[in-house]
Amino acid sequence: MAVTASDRRHSTDVVGAAVEMTGLRRRFGATQALDGFTLTLQPGELVALLGPSGCGKTTALRVLAGLEMLDAGGVLVDGVDQARIPAQKRDMGMVFQSYSLFPNMTAQDNVAFGLRMRKVGAQARRARALQHLERVGLASEAAKYPHQMSGGQQQRVALARALAIEPRVLLLDEPLSALDAKVRLQLREQIRVLQTRLKITTLFVTHDQEEALSMADRVCVMRAGRIEQVDTPSMLYSVPATPFVAEFVGTMNRIPGVISGDRVRLLSTEAAVRPSTGAPSGPYASGTPVDVFVRPEGLAVTPSPQGGGTVVTTTFLGSITRLGVLLDEDVMVYVDLPTTADPVVAGSAVEVTLTERDVMVAERAATPGAAGSLTP
Amino acid sequence: MVALGEVDALFDPGDAVARPPRAWAAGRLRSIAWWRGIVLVCTGAFFLIPLFAALRFSLESFSGALTFSAFTAIPTQPGFTAALSLSIHLAVVTTLITLGLMVPTAVYVHLRLPRLRPIFDGITILPIVIPPVVLIVGVLQVAPTSLKGTPYLLALVYVVLAMPFVYRSVDAGLRAIDLKTLVEASRSLGGRWPSTVWRVIVPNLRTGILSATVLTVALVLGEFTMASLDLYQTLPVWIYNFFLSGNGHVSTAVSLLALVVTWLVLLVISSFDLRRIRRMAQARRDA
Repeated sequence: MAVTASDRRHSTDVVGAAVEMTGLRRRFGATQALDGFTLTLQPGELVALLGPSGCGKTTALRVLAGLEMLDAGGVLVDGVDQARIPAQKRDMGMVFQSYSLFPNMTAQDNVAFGLRMRKVGAQARRARALQHLERVGLASEAAKYPHQMSGGQQQRVALARALAIEPRVLLLDEPLSALDAKVRLQLREQIRVLQTRLKITTLFVTHDQEEALSMADRVCVMRAGRIEQVDTPSMLYSVPATPFVAEFVGTMNRIPGVISGDRVRLLSTEAAVRPSTGAPSGPYASGTPVDVFVRPEGLAVTPSPQGGGTVVTTTFLGSITRLGVLLDEDVMVYVDLPTTADPVVAGSAVEVTLTERDVMVAERAATPGAAGSLTP
Repeated sequence: MVALGEVDALFDPGDAVARPPRAWAAGRLRSIAWWRGIVLVCTGAFFLIPLFAALRFSLESFSGALTFSAFTAIPTQPGFTAALSLSIHLAVVTTLITLGLMVPTAVYVHLRLPRLRPIFDGITILPIVIPPVVLIVGVLQVAPTSLKGTPYLLALVYVVLAMPFVYRSVDAGLRAIDLKTLVEASRSLGGRWPSTVWRVIVPNLRTGILSATVLTVALVLGEFTMASLDLYQTLPVWIYNFFLSGNGHVSTAVSLLALVVTWLVLLVISSFDLRRIRRMAQARRDA
């Protein structure tokens, strides 16, 4: 993607706003979409709202955009209360999940729409619209109507349209979910490059953890209208705060273990119990059965006829190969091995060992079969 | 005509299995095409024979010779220009008022009260089932005093009559677009309501609005009962009165001319959208 003169200009003078959302509450009938949601975005930061469908992430974004009313709580942008500011005066660019280009306008007119609303003269707005189309690599498609463009092109025009008004905050509501995998990957990169270059504070809603982890400075994991954890992608992955985050982000084994003092016994070994917000309020009594959360890369296998495990599946995933190992008591765990390591074939007898020194534990799941499960 | 045996054969599963599926399907299509042709001819005859009879009558002189005198005499007939002008005037006013009322209403219902859509569907169909006299009385009750005694009162009655057609056309247009997202996109870009309606909603409702316009214009140009009850000489009323005064040939010629002109007007209105649809279809093929 070419860096235009305009980009360079913007990289110095366009800086996003600070956003504070405090105690947001919003109810739709019997559903509490937001339940005391509090989140702060630093200027120029990209925060992803990640969570399952119906967790309230889109509602939070729409509240910030001014498209949704609040039952309680407040939104400040650069310290200014947004309660009485309508959506059209908030200066927030938004890209929607569905293709939201105006069908009656060309790509250029779509991008120029926001400028027209700001009373920018015809020539100036056409030139600026073209600049923004150039920024997303679509200057040659300026005269095309939305129905003449592919989904990826339409979303790029929508991004150019949102950026053309030089917003203080950029809001992205699952903009990639309707696109095919390859286009999604390209556009993801493009959004990140533009956002970093323009330093626009960005709130990005997605249910795709890969998208969130790869694009965001910080990820906010939500469940049932509440925030489970806000952290950098690496911290979210390596030190999840709650069992929900542990299972929702990345791949996680849930293995039965037993507390022994301040440690936990599992897989014929012991590990320290990692302190975390999701851990029990007090220490578990020795002998308490718990579930232990271990990533597939936190386990290792060694061939052993008396190891108590049998490899039942092997899945090639590029640089790693994932083994499905059935342990005694019908517990299934998944172990990642470098693909370059000695191959382990299905049916091999193995011993599974823990390579992590401390682990996260939670009360044993009541649901039969939940322990030993894998959350992809 | 399809013989009874042929019809049975069409529905005989054994026969269907015995014949190759493609041949069976082709035979069925031929049969459908045949019936379609008969229906088309019957319908065409139903509509065209009276028109042909009217044309022949209007072209015949008392001596039985064919002449265009009934048509050439139309502009000079007393009251014709005023009646035509009134009808056109009423068509324009009615269309503007109806669209002005129904477009915002339908948009509001779609955006803010989607659950009430079935109720609005029911309410807007009432003018079709309520007798015209009741409608006139109702309109008289609520019409501003300044309008009483003017032809604009008739326009208000026509607005009520046109409501079911206009609401449905606009409603269908709104269902065809993602209204909520378009409106929100416009608002997030700084569009106020008037700009959003004028620059985003109306252009994307073009098909619906044109359909509504076509139906309203056709309704007003052809409406007789209300105008007759209100004692206004619209074109249909003038034609009827002129016919009663012993000018059968000319009034029939006017009827035919009015029909052709109305048809042409509707064709012109429709062509605005047809051109756009063709252009979009071509663009899709190119893409």
